[in-house]
Amino acid sequence: MGTLAFDVAHLFAGGLVLVSFVLLYQDRMTGLINIFTLHAIVLSLSVAWQAYVQHAPHLYLTAAIAILFKAVVIPLGLRRIMVRLRIHRDIEVVGGVGATMLLGICLVALSLVVMLPATAAAAPLAREDLAFALSVVLLGLLMMVTRRNAISQVVGFMSLENGLILAATGAKGMPLVVEISVAFSVLIAFIVIGIFLFRIRERFDTVDIQELDRVRGGRR
Amino acid sequence: MPLTLALCSIAALLCVGALAVALAQSLAASRVVYALCLGLSLILFAAAVTPRGAAALSTALPLGLPWIGAHFRLDALSAFFMAVVNLGGAAASLYAIGYGAHEKHPSRILPFFPVFLAGMNLVLLADDAFAFLVAWEFMSLSSWALVMAHHQDAENRRAGYVYLLMASFGTLALLMAFGLLAGSAGAYAFADIREAARGSPWTCGLVLALAILGAGSKAGLAPLHIWLPLAHPAAPSQVSALMSGVMTKVAVYGFIRIVFDLLGAPEFWWSMAPLTLGAITAMLGILSATIQSDLKKLLAYSTIENIGVVFVALGLALAFKSNGMALPAALAFTAALFHVFNHALFKSLLFLGAGAVQSATGERDIERLGGLIHAMPRTAFLFLGACVAISALPPLNGFVSEWLVFQAILLSPSLPQWSLKLLVPAVGVALALSAALCAGCFVRAFGVAFLGRARSLAAKTAQETDPWSLAAMSGLLALCLLAGLVPSYLIDTITPAAKLFVGGHVPTQGGIPWLSIAPIAESRSSYNGLLVFLFMAFSAFFAAWIVRVFGSTALRRGPAWDCGYPDQSPATQYTGSSFAQPIRRTLGSVAFVARDHLDMPAPGDTRPARFGVEIHDRVWEGLYAPILRAVDFCAEQLDRTHYLTIQGYLGLVFATLVALLLAIAIWP
Amino acid sequence: MIFDLAAQAAQMILVLSLAPLLLGFTRKVKARLLRRRGAPALQPYRDLLRLMRKEVVLADDASWLFRCAPYLIFAATWVAAALVPTFATGLTFSWSADLIAITALLGSARFFLALAGMDVGTSFGGIGASRETMFASLAEPAMIMIVFVVALIAGSTQLSEIAFHMLSHTELRVSYGLALIGLVIVAIAENGRIPVDNPATHLELTMVHEAMALEYSGRHLAVIELAAALKLLLYVSLIACIFAPWGLAPHGADLRAMAFGALAYVAKLAVGGFLLALFEVSTAKMRVFRVPDFLGAALMLGLLGTLLLFVSRSL
Repeated sequence: MGTLAFDVAHLFAGGLVLVSFVLLYQDRMTGLINIFTLHAIVLSLSVAWQAYVQHAPHLYLTAAIAILFKAVVIPLGLRRIMVRLRIHRDIEVVGGVGATMLLGICLVALSLVVMLPATAAAAPLAREDLAFALSVVLLGLLMMVTRRNAISQVVGFMSLENGLILAATGAKGMPLVVEISVAFSVLIAFIVIGIFLFRIRERFDTVDIQELDRVRGGRR
Repeated sequence: MPLTLALCSIAALLCVGALAVALAQSLAASRVVYALCLGLSLILFAAAVTPRGAAALSTALPLGLPWIGAHFRLDALSAFFMAVVNLGGAAASLYAIGYGAHEKHPSRILPFFPVFLAGMNLVLLADDAFAFLVAWEFMSLSSWALVMAHHQDAENRRAGYVYLLMASFGTLALLMAFGLLAGSAGAYAFADIREAARGSPWTCGLVLALAILGAGSKAGLAPLHIWLPLAHPAAPSQVSALMSGVMTKVAVYGFIRIVFDLLGAPEFWWSMAPLTLGAITAMLGILSATIQSDLKKLLAYSTIENIGVVFVALGLALAFKSNGMALPAALAFTAALFHVFNHALFKSLLFLGAGAVQSATGERDIERLGGLIHAMPRTAFLFLGACVAISALPPLNGFVSEWLVFQAILLSPSLPQWSLKLLVPAVGVALALSAALCAGCFVRAFGVAFLGRARSLAAKTAQETDPWSLAAMSGLLALCLLAGLVPSYLIDTITPAAKLFVGGHVPTQGGIPWLSIAPIAESRSSYNGLLVFLFMAFSAFFAAWIVRVFGSTALRRGPAWDCGYPDQSPATQYTGSSFAQPIRRTLGSVAFVARDHLDMPAPGDTRPARFGVEIHDRVWEGLYAPILRAVDFCAEQLDRTHYLTIQGYLGLVFATLVALLLAIAIWP
Repeated sequence: MIFDLAAQAAQMILVLSLAPLLLGFTRKVKARLLRRRGAPALQPYRDLLRLMRKEVVLADDASWLFRCAPYLIFAATWVAAALVPTFATGLTFSWSADLIAITALLGSARFFLALAGMDVGTSFGGIGASRETMFASLAEPAMIMIVFVVALIAGSTQLSEIAFHMLSHTELRVSYGLALIGLVIVAIAENGRIPVDNPATHLELTMVHEAMALEYSGRHLAVIELAAALKLLLYVSLIACIFAPWGLAPHGADLRAMAFGALAYVAKLAVGGFLLALFEVSTAKMRVFRVPDFLGAALMLGLLGTLLLFVSRSL
């Protein structure tokens, strides 16, 4: 049971990092939302496996919340926003996609170099989940930095939060209260951002950040 | 005995140089001088390969500075490099016996050629800092004189100027490195330096940096490589072959001597500089080579790439040695030295071939060549062999050294440091990319220059070169084939040097059945060049025989199919620039900011459309141009001191005096 | 001794004879999936025989390199294909070349094919050669990363050792999956299948391999086509040997085990051909300058697999 548990957890955590890379590669809105759904599904599978291995039934609830909110509600919401704001466009990337991918690999290497020595005393399962979770967080941040479209920045923020959940479940679970409050605050943030996007779109006819920057008057 | 023989031969080479000055203009002088160089190179080669036993031979001569003298030493490393240098020297001399007949001003080349050979050999034998640097300067200055041989061309003058600057910079760096190693006691002999106590980590790091700057600039390590593509094409072909194939190896020897021998036990972070610089050099070199249309410049950039590979292997050896992993260190070191040997052979062959092409057609630009496989069949065959060898294709020798480097890279996960563990696979990716690009680059070079149809009258009316040149080139190709088919003996030759410098050695390869090489016993990876070659030969003949038996042997000639639109004009062929376009567009847009410009006239306008390619040399623009601008700026500011009034000069003297007095007052 | 040599010879003949069948089978499956009847699966054999009997039409400007290149290409590809374990590991000469050497042998074949394309001096040959050079340059780093991952897990680059390791330590590894996907991508790019190149057409848009072999006819073209079929067989065998080695007879096994291994091998080829046809039917060819992205994905997968492997090994 020992190595099988580790191998399956390794599979799911590595899969989450892989899906983060696929998320980074997307250049179309619909693809982005679909891959984000996949991201959430892989996360919930990982959390469910952690619940099974650590014998912590409350993590099943975390997995169910992840599936319900992140894989169903939020993608549907994003799709509605996309249709209402009529932003079916491609997502412009700052810097080439090749450079972004190489930078992503360097960030994964960096998080390994930082995390593995720092957690030398912990159990292997927890160490690995923490290292990969930091990678997912960094990749989410990279996505927010290299995208010019506000929707894709929201998706990057969500994937960052997925990484945090992975870290929390890997480090021997977290109380359900924390999980619910985190998820709730993310949902609130999402609603607020959505409202602001509508207002911005009404005012300026675009949600492209570079355009908005130019309207604001460029660099100050 | 071999050491005295070597030193006498070097002295004889210097005398030949003097003789050349005396003989000057006669045609026979050229042949005589090169023949003497050939004989002396062969004697030096024999001196290098005669078995000496385990100990190194050393001697001290009462030359040079009275309190230092001149120490010379022949140990395993020096012997290996001497063998490499003199093989190259012999081939170039044999080639020049025939090629030298085309030279219009032999008096500018003949005196310096033997001195160049002598200088290189002397560097390898030097056992104290003074002899090393004097020999190094002999090597640099004589090669500079050879680069400036055809000084009527402004490009050659510029090449000589840049070369002189970079060579002086390199020597200065080496001088400072030796100064640091000798310490305040001034013990310049290498034997004393070896016995001295190790300096602080800062000192060692500084010496390493200076060694990389000094030896690396001579070898062509990025970003100190800018002189190489200018100087190597400017020299006459036999000298280009020596500079690219052999002088760069002498620089590698200098690096090995300082870092592996004189500095003592390494730290793990010493390896990071050669690893990263080597990888960057390899990629930059081969990408630059792929877009060149001057054949010799292409070969010079390809030299840069191979030097990058050698430095990567040396960096790996340092990394393994610093962690006490003797067997992987020996494997990496063996790979580096094997590649040194291979590169000397096939790069010399390539430059000799390019020289043959240049003397037959007068062209160096591949866009004006083509169809030479019909006009110069033997040269084409030999050049093709060299292209196959440098592209690291089995069963020739280039593949064996690449295989050894990759096996060393595959051993890297056992390194304990995470930075190295992550750096080495990235370096492996860079090496694989440069190896694949190298094959593409030489497909382009050979395909555009030798295949297809002639693009100019000169290419169409070319004649085959003289038999001396062909003999030299055939000898080199035969050695390449031999090194590829039976690499085990060469590996065993490198083993003594590896034992000395990395403390371990690969298992003896000579006794393995079927002459294969299996350098790492535990992974059971092995390679057998001879069997692969025999299999390939068998398969080719088997296929030809089956086809002959079951198929028809009818053949007729006709115009090319070309999808039904054959055009006899050679301008419709693919040019070198078109061939490189995919690579220029994908990788070149990052490496050189390469942009294609298409200038289309408006409809109705009858002027021709123009297509241009814009390339930026990032190293020059990013590193050297700012330095040059800064130097200009400082010079301009200091120029003001030329035009001061008398008052101004007096004021300057007074201010300096007061400042010095203040310094004395404040200094505790 | 004789038995060992006979086994090695049998492997060489087996790969040679099965290569056109694999090609024909793949075409047949593709046709069926597109609701056509398609040519019979044995058609490539008839094509080869027909080509061998035809007269060679040689361009006026073609040199000796053009005439020799088909045999050199065939020799390099056949030797490489014969060294990949198909029905048994540890055959007599299997240690003379490892995974890196097999990749380099394919590089030799590609080198000579590109030169042959440049030889006649037509622009189509140049297009094929330059595009093939670009694809090969980008596929090599991906391949080396895949070799790295596999060699790290198995401890050797020798294919018999890799297969033996996989047989004795079956375990679930993400890195293996990533390396498998990477190798499939590299195989598709190297063999010029959809989505990198369309092997069925001769249009300029989709010409890479076809462009280099455009001027060949008669027996030369037969040899080159056979070499291309062998290359496809080699990659399918490679994937089967590294990632699905079940059924391979171990070193020193008897005739029954080898016969069973041969049957397993034929089954694996059939599965591989079917999956290839399925994949080709479901995607479109991508434009040439998106192929670097495609191969870059293989490189990313290899790098990611290496990093994941470092993590799991150091814990």
